Formats: sequence, structure tokens, C-alpha cells
Amino acid sequence: MSDIFSLEHADEKLKVLDAFIKEQNAEEEALISILHKAQELFGYLPSELQLYVSRKLNIPAAKVYGVVSFYSYFSQEKRGKYTINVCMGTACFVKGVEKVMHEFSDQLGVKPGGSTSDGLFTLKDVRCIGACGLAPVVMINDKVFGHVTTHDVARLISDYRAQEGSDS
Amino acid sequence: MTTQRTHIMVCGGTGCVSADSLEIVEKFKGALSDAGYSDEVGVIKTGCFGFCGQGPIVKIHPDNVFYVKVSPDDVAEIVGEHIIKGRTVQRLLYQEPETQKKLPKHDEMSFYKKQYRIALRNCGLINPEDINEYIAFNGYEALGKALTEYTPDKVIEIMKASGLRGRGGGGFSTGLKWELTRKTVSDQKYVICNADEGDPGAFMDRSILEGDPHSVLEAMALAGYAIGAQEGIIYIRAEYPLAIKRLEVAIAQAREYGLLGKQIFETNFSFDIKIKLGAGAFVCGEETALIHSVEGNRGEPTKKPPYPAVEGYNRKPTVVNNVETLANVAPIILKGAEWFSSIGTEKSKGTKVFALAGKVNNVGLVEVPMGTTLREIIYDIGGGIIGGKKFKAVQTGGPSGGVITTLDLDTPIDYESLRAIGSMMGSGGMIVMDEDDCMVNIAKFYLEFTQDESCGKCTPCRLGTKRMFEILDKITKGEGTMDDITKLRTLGKTVKESALCGLGQTAPNPILSTLEYFYDEYLAHIQDKRCPAGACKALAKYKIIEEKCIGCTACARVCPVSCISGAPKQKHVIDEEKCIACGACYTACKFQAVLRP
Repeated sequence: MSDIFSLEHADEKLKVLDAFIKEQNAEEEALISILHKAQELFGYLPSELQLYVSRKLNIPAAKVYGVVSFYSYFSQEKRGKYTINVCMGTACFVKGVEKVMHEFSDQLGVKPGGSTSDGLFTLKDVRCIGACGLAPVVMINDKVFGHVTTHDVARLISDYRAQEGSDS
Repeated sequence: MTTQRTHIMVCGGTGCVSADSLEIVEKFKGALSDAGYSDEVGVIKTGCFGFCGQGPIVKIHPDNVFYVKVSPDDVAEIVGEHIIKGRTVQRLLYQEPETQKKLPKHDEMSFYKKQYRIALRNCGLINPEDINEYIAFNGYEALGKALTEYTPDKVIEIMKASGLRGRGGGGFSTGLKWELTRKTVSDQKYVICNADEGDPGAFMDRSILEGDPHSVLEAMALAGYAIGAQEGIIYIRAEYPLAIKRLEVAIAQAREYGLLGKQIFETNFSFDIKIKLGAGAFVCGEETALIHSVEGNRGEPTKKPPYPAVEGYNRKPTVVNNVETLANVAPIILKGAEWFSSIGTEKSKGTKVFALAGKVNNVGLVEVPMGTTLREIIYDIGGGIIGGKKFKAVQTGGPSGGVITTLDLDTPIDYESLRAIGSMMGSGGMIVMDEDDCMVNIAKFYLEFTQDESCGKCTPCRLGTKRMFEILDKITKGEGTMDDITKLRTLGKTVKESALCGLGQTAPNPILSTLEYFYDEYLAHIQDKRCPAGACKALAKYKIIEEKCIGCTACARVCPVSCISGAPKQKHVIDEEKCIACGACYTACKFQAVLRP
């Protein structure tokens, strides 16, 4: 079991989450919105966080787990600081996004769905993000990169690595 | 407010934003203020112009000059030359590929010439984050007119007479849907806008929400008035952050102006809208699944009837309309049913927005009258196939649709004609494919999608899509048998007839339609163990690059099936018929002369 509640700033994050739940009148209907908020705050939804939400809303943990596991947007695994979403929509597919995915996978040394050991990157395939005009498309966190070729992969990774270096 | 002589419109759609269009906006503001023109010239961030392949797009009003592929570095030149000296910057104009002519005006470009914009009327024209601009283009006038002059029944009558049908794919009459919901007696009713655009390759809903959010809000209020609802919900994909933000801004402004909330236009009608986020499940585009998701549950569909019009959200009567459908509503109320029904074909009225993508020159959003032919869309508007390659097929309707080949390029497109040729309208994604695309691989791509997105509730879809995917995978690896084709056909038919919801019922379409039109490609994979398009990796063969081969014989010596011939110091050749694609030659070659498939 990961100890998500012993992490830095966990108390403050929980307070924000509590306030959000209160704002929703702790309604069962708001479950998906609350899970969005929880994931935004903590980065992912491990089982103890799911349990926490279920107790707050007074609903079975099985229901929370059922919802979390149903939707692909929710992650139960810890994710890297940057999630590299490679679009697997049809437009990107016919423009050869598979090669881009392989290149990311080779260079990062992780399979789609996996995270690098330094906790920096998670590689994911994502459903069409609707930027088909720019195919093939890669979205790193919220930023969209269009017309990505295998040659761009190394640069994208090193740019984000460099950004990390200058941040810390 | 000062009167500005010129407006610089910069596209703020997702496509252009990813190509630094927001930086372009800032640079324009800076450059104009440095030159002392801030009062005279305004910079406006608009919604999507639709011509995404040419972004970022900057349009200058009222000069009507359309600049393409603008970078932040071009800003100084546009301000210096165009704004100050009045000279058009020639190098940033769009050049038509066929004629090589530079075209300054967008209405001269063949991409725009054949378009007729109703749903996209304001996209690229107004600032989506300013309600005043929407109002300036007759915004909320239809709502005012309906509330003060029309009874709800009259509104429904107009909608029915207009012939508007659901643009999300179903094609059900919108007016009839409203009427059925109105007739169900209940203390509470709901309007839900389906903005869970999950069809891979379709992005018209996102562009409308980003470019003209108020048109959707106004239409939802009109629907609420017609059916007797006071509450509206927009169910939108969490993957569309920009659209969500613009909707939030729009809802807040509409509330502030009293266009949402209590007693709108000083009548007894009250209506408000909230946003609910989806969480990544394709099946939630199905209306019953969507309603369960809005209620905070797993988005699994349920059997119809009862239809949402009778029992929907919170077990109350609910109208579920797609974004593009709603974007058509206000113009219909304002201009009348007759005007709308004069556009289109006999059974499909109005226009349809298509997301043109894939191997076509002009990628983007196009809105054309129903009945336009595919040839007009792909060749006249789309500018033909990239690199002058051969057109092979276009896939419409996404994972629920099928392929259309050269045979049907001249068929006028509407709901009925597409169904007749084994495809469907779907939400309007149009993926153009050329000779390099393998149709078996495309069918496999869609089945991989549907088997992954199947919610698992009903057996035909859960197991059927999985088995069909496995068979296709086998075929693309050269391990298929003729028996597999029979299995695909029977399995496809069974799933089509027995699945619970639209996702499963339409999932076999890509297979059935490619089997019909590209049977020879299936045969090539199965009998000749060959992929005619060269797209299936497992069937691709190793090759020796002549220029790099020095004839060292290293490859020929390691080949386990002795399929490489050539004397020492002579070029070597691989016999593709015998090659088993083991890769030994690739590893053995020290001169990178072996090309890996």
C-alpha cells in the first residue's frame, strides 16, 4: 500500500478535496467530478484515496472502484510528472503515429502505460484528442504538439528533461 | 468604446494554439502598442477557422486578407507592412496547390468556396469569450423571439418542419425528439448536450464549443422552453480543456446578462446550465450510457425503451442532443423552417460538418449542404490526395462506419445514401486513405478500438469484438485461413443483430464493408501472405539497398533459408518469396545495407 497521505502537503490537499466535496453537497451524483478533483490534487487514485472518497460520500468502496476502473481518464498507478499522450485516433494512425509511439517507447525504455524510473515521464496512448488537422499529434500534459515525426522525439524528451533541470 | 479601423483576428482553436497562436496574439498587442496603434487596431482571438492544416491563421478585417502558417516572428512584418503601410505581406498568403496562385481572400479559395456555414457560422468570426460579439451577430435573438412570440408547441412545429436530424450519427428528427419529451408528463425535465465527441477523427463539436459556445447555450435554452425543462447539462470530454474553459466563461456571461437563470427576457421561463465532465469512455456517447455517467455511475448503456424522452436523467424525461445539432437550432428559429428545409436533399435537410483528415491536402473542418458528393469534398474542397498519390477509400462514421471507394465518389451524401453503401454518417469524421493504407489493417485498427472501448455489459459485444480483433490480427500477421473470413462474416452478423447498444451493433461495420470492397486484399494476406499496401509489418520483407551493398557475403552466409543470392563483391539480392523475415541478415550486415521492414 502506498502511503499517499504521508506525502508532503497531503493535509492541505485533503482540505481542498474536503471543501470540494462539501461544495457538491456530498452527492453521490458528483462522484466523477470528485474523482477528477482528487486526481488533479494527488496525481492518481490509489486504493486508500478511493476508500477516503467512499467514506466521505457514504457509498460502498466497490462503487468507487467500479467507476475508477471503468473510465480511462482515471489512473490507479502513480504517474510521471509529465504524461506523454500519443494520440491513437484514426487520422494520426493513417499518418503513421505508431512509429512515433515506438520511438518514444524505445527512447524512454518503457512500454505504453509505463513510467520512467526517475518519475518524470509516463507514456500513454490516448483516444483521439480532436486535433486531427495536426496529425500525428502528441500531447504532453496539456500542451499539444502537432506534425510530430520520429525525429522530433529525442528533442521533445530532452526539452522536458532540460526544463526539469532548470526548475530544480 | 473607441471605433477601431482594423481588426486582427487570430485563430484560437486547439490546432492553432498548439502552434503558438496565443504568443502571436501577445506579440501583436505588443507591436501595436509600440507603434502607437493600440486604439485604432484591435487584436481578437477567435474560434477555429476550419482550415487547420494551414494554421496558425491570421485574418485582417475589413481588408479581408487571410494569412496562413503565421509564426510569432512574422508579427512585426504584418504590423509594419500591412497595418502601417497598407501593403499585403505576399509571402504569408495561401498558395493554391493546383494553380500556384496566391489568394489573399478566403472566399476565393476552393477550400471555402463550396462551403455553406450554418453550424460553424460564427467560428473564426467572433471572439468566443465575449458574449457581446455573439449578440452582435443576432445572438440570443432566436431565444428572445421564441420566448415572447412563440408557444413551446410552435417552436417544436418549426423544428419538425425544418427537417433537422440528429448530427451525432443517429439521424433522428430533432423536432420529434423534443415533441416526445414535451408530451411525457412530469414535474421535472432535462436538456442534455452530448459533447462527448469520442469518434476518432471527428472534431467539429470541439470546434463549435471553442469557437461559438453561446450558440449551444442558446439552443439548449430553446430546447428547455420547448419541452418544459429548467435545467440543462453539458456532458463534455475531460480531454477538451479549452472547450470546457470557454463554456465556463460563456455560461458565466450569459448568467450575468440574464440570458440564463430566472425569468429570462422577463418571462416566466427559467433555465440554467451546468457542466459535467466525462472521464474517457467512448460508449458514453450513447445516450443511455451518457445519462448513467452524468449520474455518477459507470457509463454502461441500458435497453431502450424506455427512451430518455420518457425516462432519462434522474428517471425524468430528458432530451439528449449533440453539439452540432444544437448549433443549427437558433438560425432555424430566426430564419424559419422553410429556409432550412430548402437546403439539402429530400430526406436530409440543411448542412453537415465534416472533419476532413488523413491523406488529403487541405485538412480541416468543412460544412457543406447535404447532397454534396464525396468527389467535391475530397478534390474540390480537400484539394486532392497528398503527394498526388492514388485515392483508395474514405472512412466515414468512424468505428461504426465503413469505407467508401472510388465507385461511390459521385454519390450525393446524406443519411440514407451512406447507409445504402454500407457506411454511415456518424458524427462526420472523414478519413481519407491512399494506396499506402492497408484496408485489413484499418479494419483491425477500428476493432482494436471497439474491443477496448466495449463496456463489457453484453456478451456479443464484449466477446464478439475481441474475437473479431484476434482474427484480423492473425490475418495481418499472415497466419489467416479462408475459414477466418467465413468466421468474420458470421460473427459480424451475430454481433450486429444481438448487441445491446449502438457501439456493438455497428462495431462489425468496418470489417463487413472492407470485406465487401477490398476482398482481394484479404485474399492477398491469407493466400499469398502478402500485404499489397506494404503496411502490415509481419508481412513486409527485408530488402538490400543496392548502393550500400559491397558484396561481403555476410548476409548470405547467415541466412537460414538461403534466400540471398549474389557473388562476392557483387550486389546481393533477397528472394522475397523465400524470406522468412528472421532478421539475421540485418544483424549480420556491417554496412547498414539491409533495410528492415
